[in-house]
Amino acid sequence: MRLFVNGEERAFSEVSTIAALIASLALDPRKVAVERNLEIVPRSRYAVAPVADGDRIEIVHFIGGG
Amino acid sequence: MTQAALKPDDVIEDVWTLAGRVFRSRLIIGTGKYKDYALNAAAAAAAGAEIVTVALRRVNLSDPSQPMLVDYLKPDRFTFLPNTAGCYSAEEAVRTLRLAREAGGWDLVKLEVLSNTKHLYPDMEETLRALKALVNDGFSVMAYCTDDPVFCRKLEDAGAAAIMPAGAPIGSGLGVQNPVNIRLIVEQSTVPVLVDAGVGAASDATVAMELGCDAVLTNTAIAEAKDPVRMARAMKHAVIAGRESYLAGRMAKRLYADPSSPLSGLI
Repeated sequence: MRLFVNGEERAFSEVSTIAALIASLALDPRKVAVERNLEIVPRSRYAVAPVADGDRIEIVHFIGGG
Repeated sequence: MTQAALKPDDVIEDVWTLAGRVFRSRLIIGTGKYKDYALNAAAAAAAGAEIVTVALRRVNLSDPSQPMLVDYLKPDRFTFLPNTAGCYSAEEAVRTLRLAREAGGWDLVKLEVLSNTKHLYPDMEETLRALKALVNDGFSVMAYCTDDPVFCRKLEDAGAAAIMPAGAPIGSGLGVQNPVNIRLIVEQSTVPVLVDAGVGAASDATVAMELGCDAVLTNTAIAEAKDPVRMARAMKHAVIAGRESYLAGRMAKRLYADPSSPLSGLI
């Protein structure tokens, strides 16, 4: 399956949910927010929210800013 | 009856309320431009800040082990104020803050919709449009704005939780360029007014507070000081000094001298 994650096209296998995607990227789900095809995925739904071929996923977090 | 004399440390508690939350510190600091997050955290502690601004960006997928802001500035100690820096339309700003709400779990945000990379002045039409959408969506919005009292009134009427006029362009360090407008905005507003942008040295923060601002927001003045922790401490004192000076009520200005020592009894 190919996903566009943060604008970058990547291949994934065995990833069917947002939670699995976050885990496969070695990210801490408590420190990020996720958008799938411009729709926010609530953190409470990561385990059940599906990902599908061609999805555009944004994974963001807080960094320093003014 | 004699009254107990006030001791030097007896300062009547002076708090301010922002979107229903009470804060003691009147200094909000940014978290950009620091050498590293550890220095940033030390500066935030020295500033006595209770609120810090943060930006929202894509995570670095190629190196997920990079240091993360939340590991140094703990969200249980500081109120995070997510911003929309880098957004040039209402849609971008609203999208960013909806994600920020999901990342942080709270709805107090700083809205800034920029117009131009040279001066970074806010696009007020887009700011007002974004503000209305965010207020409808349940956000408490602190709005970065120009120092135009007329537009500031429109922001307040549209439900802004705080009005944050620029003292000077972001990152310029030029200080409050139009004290007359800042004072007019302070006088007309019933929500907190903060000078956001333009502070370069501690004295600039004092000027803003003496004009009656409820608080000051600064990033570059601390981050780009040679000793950021010391400048953070200076800003803390400057904001307190300006606030006390404002509350004390300054003397009237005179065109000519008025001697401080009595004229009578001269030898």
